[in-house]
This record gives sequence, structure tokens and C-alpha cells, in this order.
Amino acid sequence: MNGKSMTLNQLSVGQKAKISALNSTGNLRRRMLDLGITQGTTVEVLHKSPSGDPTAYSVRGTVIALRNEDAEKIIMTAVM
Amino acid sequence: MSCNMYSVALAGNPNVGKSTIFNSLTGMHQHTGNWSGKTVDMAKGTFTYKDSVFEIIDLPGTYSLFYSSKEEQIARDLICFNEYDCMVIVADAVCLERNLNLVLQILEFSGNSLLCINLMDEAAKKGIEIDLAKLSDILGITVIGTSARNKEGLDELKKNLLFLCENNSVNRSGTDISEKKKKLDGLSTDIAADTILEKSSRIYNECVTLIHNDYDHTDRKLDRLFTSKITGYPIMLLMLLGIFWITIVGANYPSALLSEMFDSLKVPLTDLFVRLGVSDTVKGIFIDGIYTTLTWVVSVMLPPMAIFFPLFSLLEDSGYLPRVAFNLDKYFKKACAHGKQSITMCMGFGCNACGVTGCRIIDSPRERLIAIITNTFVPCNGRFPGLIALITIFFAGAGTETGSTFKAALILCLLILFGISITLAVSKILSKTILKGIPSSFVLELPPYRKPQFIQVIIRSILDRTVFVLGRAVVVAAPAGAVIWLTANVYIDGTSILNICTDFLDPFASLIGLDGVILTAFILGWPANEIVIPIIIMTYMATGTLTDYSSLAELKFLFIDNGWTITTALCTMLFSIVHFPCATTCLTVYKETKSIKWTCAAFIIPTLAGILVCFTANIVLSIAL
Repeated sequence: MNGKSMTLNQLSVGQKAKISALNSTGNLRRRMLDLGITQGTTVEVLHKSPSGDPTAYSVRGTVIALRNEDAEKIIMTAVM
Repeated sequence: MSCNMYSVALAGNPNVGKSTIFNSLTGMHQHTGNWSGKTVDMAKGTFTYKDSVFEIIDLPGTYSLFYSSKEEQIARDLICFNEYDCMVIVADAVCLERNLNLVLQILEFSGNSLLCINLMDEAAKKGIEIDLAKLSDILGITVIGTSARNKEGLDELKKNLLFLCENNSVNRSGTDISEKKKKLDGLSTDIAADTILEKSSRIYNECVTLIHNDYDHTDRKLDRLFTSKITGYPIMLLMLLGIFWITIVGANYPSALLSEMFDSLKVPLTDLFVRLGVSDTVKGIFIDGIYTTLTWVVSVMLPPMAIFFPLFSLLEDSGYLPRVAFNLDKYFKKACAHGKQSITMCMGFGCNACGVTGCRIIDSPRERLIAIITNTFVPCNGRFPGLIALITIFFAGAGTETGSTFKAALILCLLILFGISITLAVSKILSKTILKGIPSSFVLELPPYRKPQFIQVIIRSILDRTVFVLGRAVVVAAPAGAVIWLTANVYIDGTSILNICTDFLDPFASLIGLDGVILTAFILGWPANEIVIPIIIMTYMATGTLTDYSSLAELKFLFIDNGWTITTALCTMLFSIVHFPCATTCLTVYKETKSIKWTCAAFIIPTLAGILVCFTANIVLSIAL
């Protein structure tokens, strides 16, 4: 999977990756930037909600929950 | 130089303990809770230190100066454009990296600032070491470590505040608003955001040492327990059930004690009135009107309220509520609503007006309106003691043995679940009709768990609740008692005003499984829901049956004498959950929406839903039974 880019929602629990692009727009994009979700940030997938959506991610020392369709707009590379 | 006045603003990310610092400084009791957005209104308070008076403003938490919600806009405007002598930026020691982002943004605007790193105790527990001196060097401002819950570091904070205010070198009128706006625009670009985040990261790496790399190990373990596929939902239900069960069991004893006491006082009190030689009308107003209503509210309603509230506050403090939103988001999304609505619903358990104000944590206006309109489907603190009474009388059996109290808690849980399904159904209907739209995005921070401060929370909230309920009892319940006694005893053409009213409503009320008296009680109980059942009791007692009740068992006879069946009881309980919000809540809806149209909608929609639900229940039960 290394080197290949994928979206954040495609990562599985426990995987870590770097953000290569943020495709969200408007308020959501602003909110993501405010929470430190930007290009180059490392994100780890922590756990999913009982129904599978949303998912909790570890970002810059905090835990942020995002819905799958919002996580889809975050492009990841360098999956660890 | 005596008696200087200084103004101080408290700013910071959501959920970093601003309100706790505010409370410890001012000695006030703002409510606190462990989730982002608990403080949505600004609180002001003062404290005196060494002959100087400080006026503090507790700002709503904000992630950045670029708002996307209403409360963040308030905070931003104050940070950027308002005048104050000193700004205290509060940051969470546990998530310092993210917090530094806002710190750096604020420092672009505010010269006279002080950084207060709160929750140092939590950080120490997790093995996070912060070099405060170095941080202060890099940022160029005073940095103080506090742990406000344990009152540590507050003296240091006050001392430095005084120093900063006395030596304020920043010329406040120096920059004008348009210049600041330009600067703000410059900061809002992606590149600026990246630069600041990068800087935060660098500073964080320089000043913070992690002793254990897996410092958040316990949090992750708890998260797996509370949000996993297998245990997530069962634990939520067990918590709800547990809280109600403790409430019911715990309230039994004080309730019985209080009603016995009030009962034994009734005879000497009546004697006193007789000896004073007052007229029957005055005696009626005071004893049968005011005294009956007041004592019911205090003996039956107060104990469950005073027990439920602290339990709920503990849950709030722990950080569990955001996990509830996380677990339930999918269902709210399906109803085209927002997952954070479940947090506002939880707040509704305490008070629907608070729940409605809390809806500000939902950014999208459409989803916020849905949450506001449906908040009343969560029975508030003023309603569920009445529900508990009815459940005990008609369904679970009065008694203190575990079997019946557990049964009562279970039935109450089912009613709450019913309220939640109605909420989801109405949300969906609203999304497809008058509030058309698709669900917006969901970004929710799951804060670190914190051990609640048991003793403090319990004492504080029991006191707060008791004072609050007693205050309302005097302001609302007592006058209502007098008015109702009068309407029951003033006759027009041989029928009392109250009876004219109940007779008028009776045909319609019977259609939805109630009777005229119950419906009248709900209408007259509009100012405060806790007086609905006392009104029903008083009306029945005033209209002939002179039963004196002193226990729930005797109350059952009074109700049955007046024609109650299982259907009546069930429909009354359903209507209690699904009906118009109380006067205070309606007023809050107006304050929040600034629209008469939406306030009316928040009144009419739940009422129509209630009529429909009770009508259906009545028909189904009359066929089934």
C-alpha cells in the first residue's frame, strides 16, 4: 500500500498516514484547519463508532471524530 | 492608588477549563462539563486582589479566530475588537499542541496577554512535562501553570494579572478596527494557517517532553469500551437505567419523610388559621391551594431532581457525553440531523431551556433549528419526577423493594427511548418538509476523560438544584396553587370556573386518552412543568372527593375514583413527554432564533405530535384492552 495515495476513510483502524491534500471546502475546511488537519499532518485511525461511522482519529495530540463522507475529502500518502 | 478597576478576558479552546478558572477566581458557580461548547454564553464576574478589582469575562471556547459557529463569533469579536486590560489565554496542558494554534493567533492581536496552562495535574498524571520557562521565552509572554480544579497556581495567576494590568504598556486605542480586520483576513489564508500550525508544532516539540509515549493509553482503552460494536450501546443503556434507578431508589426515602412532615404540619396549620379567625376563602387559598402545591413540589419533585442532577453532572464532567454523540451520530445523520443533537438532548434532561441554548454547538442553522424544536421530547428534570410517580402508581407498584424500583427505572428508560424515537422521526419529517436539506459535516472533538470531582460536584449540584427548585416553587408553584384553588371555588351559575374549563376540554381530551382535568393541568402547568400533577390532584380534590392523600398508594385511589385507567395513565405519561415546551423554554427558543415563526413552530409541532401519539395510543389500547 506504500506510496499509493488513498483517502482517510479508506485507512483501517491502527493505520497511520500523512495528509497530502485537503479537498474539503467552506466551513468544513476552515474547521479542519482550525483543528490542525492540514497538509503534512500525521493522522492515526483510532476506532470506529458502533455503527461504523463516524470514525475517531488522532490528530496533533487530540481525538477528532469525522464522518466517512468528510474523511473522504482528505487525501493521504505514506501509509505507515 | 487604591481601588483600581481592571477588565480581564478569559479566552481559549473549548473545554480547557476556562469556566473552572472563572469560578475559582470569582467564587461563582458557572456550570462546567467535559465537552466542547459547554459555555455558550458569556459570564461576567469580579474578584478583588490587593485592593484592585478585576472584572472577568468568560468567553465561549473557540478553536480559532475564524468562526464557524455563533458562539465562536462572539469570542472572536471580543478578542479582536473589544477593549480589556489583560487577556488570559487558557490552554489545556494535555493537548498543548493544538491549543498553541489559537494562542499564536491571539498573540497577533493582543499585546497584553498571559498564558495559563491549565490541567497541569492531568498532564502530570499522563507523564507530560512542560517547560513553562522556555515556553514563556519563546512566546514572549508570562506563562503560568495551573490546575484550577485543585485551586493550584491561582495565586500566581492573580499576582501576574495585577502586575500586567498595572504595567500595561499596550496602547489600546492604537489600532483601529479596519486595520485589525485586514490583519484577520491575512491570517485566514491557508498559507497563514499552515505557518501558524507549523510554528505550534515546533514550539510544542521544544517545550514538551512525553515520559510515556502511550500517555493516552487509558483513554483509548476507555474509548474501546464505550464505543465498540459490542459494548457501546449496551453501556449507554445501562448508564441511563442505572442513573434512573439510583434516582428512584434514592428519592424514595427523603420523599416519604418530607411528605410525612408536611402532612403532620397541616393540622396545626389549619388550627392556626381557625384560631386567627380568617375566612374560609383565605384558609382555602393558603392551605388547600398554596400549601398543597408547594408541599407536593417539594416532597415529590425535589428529591428525584436533587439526586438526578448531580449524577448527570458527574457524567458531564467525565467526558462521556461526546462519546454518546459519537455513537449515535449515524442515526441522527439518517434523520438528516446532527450528531451533536444528542448532547443537546442530554442537556435537556437537566432543563430544556439549557438544552435549547446548548444547540449553539451545532454550526449548521438548519440542524440547529431541528435540535431546538425537538428538544422538548426529552423529559426535563421538572417532568420526570411526575413520570416516576405515575409509573410507580400504575405500573411498577409502590414500594421500596428492588424489584419494583428496578421495574420503574426500566419503564422510565423505555419512555425516554420512545422520546428519542419521536425526536428522530420528527427531525426526519422536518428535514423533508419545512427544514429541507441534507446533513452537513460532523466534526467532533472527543476530549480526554477526566475523573470527576465527586464530592464537590455532588454537594454543589444538590445545593444548586434545591435552591433552584425551592425558588421556582415559591415563584411559580405557590401563586399557581392560589389561582387554581380560586378557579375551583369561584362559581358562575353553579359551576366553578375550573369545571367550566375542564368540561369544555373534556370531549377533546377523551379523544386522546386524557380527561379535561389533565389537559387543563398541562395548560395551566405551562409556566413550570413540575406543577402539572399537583394541579391534577388539587382539581380532583376540589371537585368533591375529599380524600386526603399522603402517599402514592392513596393517590392511586384518588385517580381511580376520578375515572383513571391504565390507558389514562399511559396517555398522560406520553403527553408529558410529547407536548409543548414550558414557558421558559419557549422564551429561550425566541431568544435563540429571534423569530416568532420558529418559536411558534417549537410550540405547535410538539403539541401536534403529542396529540397524534396519544390519539393513536388511546385507539390501540382501547382495541387491545
